[in-house]
Amino acid sequence: MLVNPRRITLRVNGLNHMVTVEPRESLLDVLRKQLGLTGAKKGCDMGSCGACTVMVDGKSRLSCLTLAVSVEGMDIVTVEGLSRGELDPLQEAFVRNDALQCGFCTPGQVMSAKFLLDIIPKPSVEEVKYYMSGNICRCGAYPKIIRAVLDAAGEVKRNG
Amino acid sequence: MVKVVKTRVEFEGRFRDEYTVVEGEPLEGWSPKSGLKIVGRPHPRVDGAAKVTGSAKYTHDVYLPGMVYGKFLRSPYAHAKITHIDASEAEGLPGVLGVYTYKNAATLGFGGAEKVFKQEVTYQGDVVALVLAQDESVAEDALELIRVEYEPLRPLVDPEEIMGLDSSKDRIVGPKLYERGDLEKGFAEADVIVEESFKTQAALHNCMETHGSVAHWEGDNLVVHTSTQSVFNVRSALSEELGIPQSKIRVVSEFMGGGFGSKFGAGEYTVVAAAAARLLGRPVRIVLDRVEENLATGNRSQTVQWVKIGAKRDGRITAIHLKGLVNVGEDGWVADLGGPAKMMYHCPNVKVELYGVKTNLVSSTAFRAPGYVEGDFALESAVDELARRLNMDPLELRLLNYATRDPVTNSEYSSKALREAYLKGAELIGWRSEPRVVRDGAKIRAKGVAGAIWWGGGGPPAYAEVKVNADGGVTVLTATQDIGTGTRTALAQIAAEELGLPFSSVRVVLGDTITELRSPGSGGSQTLASMGPAVRAAAHDAKNQLLEIASQVYDVAKERLTIREGSIFRSDGSVLCSVGELLGNLGDFSVTGRGAREPNQEGYMVNTFAAQFAEVEVDTETGTLRVLRLVSVHDSGMVVNPLTFTSQVEGGVIMGMGYALWEGRLVDGESGVVINPNLNDYLVARCSDVGEITPTYVEPEDPHTNSLGVKGIGEPPIIGVAPAIANALREAIGVRLRELPFTPERVYSAIKGINPRPTTAKYL
Ligand code: FES
Ligand code: FES
Repeated sequence: MLVNPRRITLRVNGLNHMVTVEPRESLLDVLRKQLGLTGAKKGCDMGSCGACTVMVDGKSRLSCLTLAVSVEGMDIVTVEGLSRGELDPLQEAFVRNDALQCGFCTPGQVMSAKFLLDIIPKPSVEEVKYYMSGNICRCGAYPKIIRAVLDAAGEVKRNG
Repeated sequence: MVKVVKTRVEFEGRFRDEYTVVEGEPLEGWSPKSGLKIVGRPHPRVDGAAKVTGSAKYTHDVYLPGMVYGKFLRSPYAHAKITHIDASEAEGLPGVLGVYTYKNAATLGFGGAEKVFKQEVTYQGDVVALVLAQDESVAEDALELIRVEYEPLRPLVDPEEIMGLDSSKDRIVGPKLYERGDLEKGFAEADVIVEESFKTQAALHNCMETHGSVAHWEGDNLVVHTSTQSVFNVRSALSEELGIPQSKIRVVSEFMGGGFGSKFGAGEYTVVAAAAARLLGRPVRIVLDRVEENLATGNRSQTVQWVKIGAKRDGRITAIHLKGLVNVGEDGWVADLGGPAKMMYHCPNVKVELYGVKTNLVSSTAFRAPGYVEGDFALESAVDELARRLNMDPLELRLLNYATRDPVTNSEYSSKALREAYLKGAELIGWRSEPRVVRDGAKIRAKGVAGAIWWGGGGPPAYAEVKVNADGGVTVLTATQDIGTGTRTALAQIAAEELGLPFSSVRVVLGDTITELRSPGSGGSQTLASMGPAVRAAAHDAKNQLLEIASQVYDVAKERLTIREGSIFRSDGSVLCSVGELLGNLGDFSVTGRGAREPNQEGYMVNTFAAQFAEVEVDTETGTLRVLRLVSVHDSGMVVNPLTFTSQVEGGVIMGMGYALWEGRLVDGESGVVINPNLNDYLVARCSDVGEITPTYVEPEDPHTNSLGVKGIGEPPIIGVAPAIANALREAIGVRLRELPFTPERVYSAIKGINPRPTTAKYL
C-alpha cells in the first residue's frame, strides 16, 4: 500500500530507529505515527505555526516541512528528548511562569526557545520576540513565554 | 438529605430554569478577606509538566491499533449543484475501505447522514464525500480520484446586498427586538445626538488543535476521544444521531488544544467517525486540517451596525438605538450585539433591532463573548464620539452614566466594581497624569478607553466528588473540561483549601463522561463559578466524614477536631493523627465526598466587568498601528489563582488585539470563496506583535454569586480591546475608523482622506 517505500534509520533523541516510510512522508508524521512521539504537534502542516518544531543537527526545524527521508542519519531531538526524568530548566521556567494555556503549541515553543538559548544564551527581549515569532499561540501566552525564556536564560547561566 | 431545587441559570445572557439536586448545608461564603491559604495565591498549573514535556495526550495524539483514517472531500464552490459524481476509481484504490457521497450516505447508518452529504452544496467547504482508508496518505490520494462535476449557482455572501434584494427575503431572520422606555421621547429630550455606523469582520477561531475525533467501539459501547468544550453535549448528540442510549457512550477530552466557542457540539466529523467505526468494526479517526478548520467550523459573525445615542448637555444619556445586521452564514445564530447597548449604561430609553442574514458561507458559531465583542466596538466607539461632541473626558462620561443596578431587569448586581476598575486603570495608564497624545516625528502615540460587560455567574447543574485515599492523596472527580483556562489547577486549589490537605496531594480528573458527574460546557465564562462550588461542597463533605471517622476511632468530639496540612488536630493544637494513618488503619478505606453547585440566589444579576485602556502608536507614513500598552482591569469577583487569571486576561487581550488590527476572513464577493483560510494569510497575533500588557483586577466581595464569591474571566478580556484601540486611534489621527480590522491600508487611507483601492475581496 505504501508508494515507493524506503527503509531508513532515524536517530531520534539519541536512539536509532528503523522505519519504513514513503519518500513523501513528513518527519512530523513519522515521529507521531510510527515512533509514538506525539509531543510535536500538527497545527497547520504547512509551515505557518511552529507547533511541529524539533531540532535537527542542533538547528530548529519545522518537522511538517521536513521529509523524513531527508534527515536520515541526522541527530533529531524532539521535546520528549529534553527531559529525562526531570525537567530541563527551560521547561521548568515555562511551568513556573505559566507560559502555556491549552498547551498545544507548547512543545513547539519549548523547542524554539531551546534553539534560541543555544545560539544566544542571554537574549534581549527583542531577540526573544523575534526568535519566538514563528510559533503561534492562539491562547496568547506570549507575555509569559517571553518571561519564561528570559527567566530560563538566567537559570541556564546559574547552572553554568 | 437530598433536596431538589429549581433555579434560574444564565448562559451567555440567555436564561433557563434548571432543577438541581443539592445535599448538605449551604457553606459560608469565601471572600478575599477569608484568610485563605491556597485559594487566592499564584500556583503554577498542575498539568504544566505534562504540557512542557509533550506527554499530555490530546485528541490529535490518539493513534489506535488498526485505526482507519477518514477524510472529507469538500466543495470548492460557495454554491453549486452536483450534476455528476463518480467514486469508483477512488473505491478501487488499494487501502480504501469505503467512499460515501450523497448517493450512499444513508448506508453509514445514522439519522442525519443526508444532511451532511448533499447534492446541493451551499458554502465553500460543505461536505461532498468521505473516504475511509487504512492510511492517511491513501485517503488523501483517494480524494483526488473522486470525479465531481458541479453546476455553479450564484452565491450570496454579502448581507447588505441581500437586504436590498426582494428575491431574498427568506434569507432574513428576525428582527430580534428589545425595547425599554420611550425611544422617541429619549431623543426629543436630548441636546446632542450622535449617529454612527460600524462594520465588523468575521473572525476565525483557529484553535491550535483543529477539530477532530477518534471513535472506537468496545462491543456495543462507543468510546470517543474528541477535542471538545463539552463532553456531555457531544454525548447527547451522538446518542441522538446513532440511536443508542447515552449510558453506552463514553466521551473523553482529557487535554484539548484550545476552545473559543466552536467546539460545543459533536460536529459532523464526530458523528461520521462513530458511525463509520461501527460499520467497519475498527477505530476511525477524523481530524480536520487547517484549511478545513477555517472553512467549515464556523466563525464570529460579520456585522453591520447603526448606533444612535442622545444625551443632555451635561452628558446624561437619554436614548440609545442600535440596529444591526448579522451575517449568520448558512444557518447560524444571531449573536446578541445589543448586550452592551442594553446593559452598559443607566439609560431609560433603549431599542435594539437585530436582523440575521443567511449567506453562502459556513454557519456562524459562538466565538469568545459572541455578539458582545462586536456590539461593544460599536457602542463604545459611539460613546467616545459623544464625549467629543460634549467636550467631555470619555472616562468621565462613562462614570456619569454608570449603571448601579442592572438596567434591563432593574435588579441589583451581585457585585459590581467597574468604577474602581476604571479608576485603577486610569491610574495605571496615566490617563490624567500624562498627555493623551504625543507626536514624535511621523509617529503619533495616543490613549483610549472602553468598558466591557459580560456574564459568567455559572450555576447548576454541576456535580463533583472528592475522594481522600488511604495514602492521604486526594482525587477530585468531575467531568468538566480544562480547555487551557487552568480549571484543573483552580479546582485542586479549592479542594485543598477546603480539606486542609496539601495542594500537591490533589489530583483532578476531568474531561470524561464515565464519571457521570454532570458538568457544564466550558464556555460562557461559567466553568469556575459552576464547578468550583461543587468541588468545594464535595471537599467539605469528605472533610466531615474524615472528622466523623477520627472522632469515632479516637473517641474525641468531632467539634473539637480540625484538619490542617494533612493532619487532624485537636482543639488544643496537638496532632491526633495524619489523614493517611487514619484511613490506613481502616483497611485502606477511602472517603468519598459528594457535592453539587448550590442554586443561584434569586433577585441578583451576576455580571463581570472590565475597564480597558489602550495606548497606540500610529506611523502616519505607513498606516502601521502598534498597541504599545494595554491595561485591562477586571471585576470577576474573587480571584482563585492570580497566575492563571492574568494568563487568561493576557490571552483575551491579545486575541482582541488581533481582531482589532489584522484578523478577518476575506471573501471574494463574486465567487463567495474564502481567500485566506490558513495561518499564513489569516493573520493572528504573534510574539513580536505583543506590547506591554497589564492584566489586573479589583476584587469585590460577592456574597450573592456562589459559595466562592467568584465570577468568570474567560471572555471579558477580549470585549473592550477593539474599541479601546479604536478610541486611541481616533485620538491619534483625528479621524474615526468605523470598520474592523484597522489594517495599515485603512489607517493610511483614513489619514490621507483617500478611499482604499477597490477589490472584490471583502471582510465578510
Ligand atoms: S505544523 Fe508545522 S508549522 Fe504548523
Ligand atoms: S497554549 Fe494554547 S495555543 Fe499556545
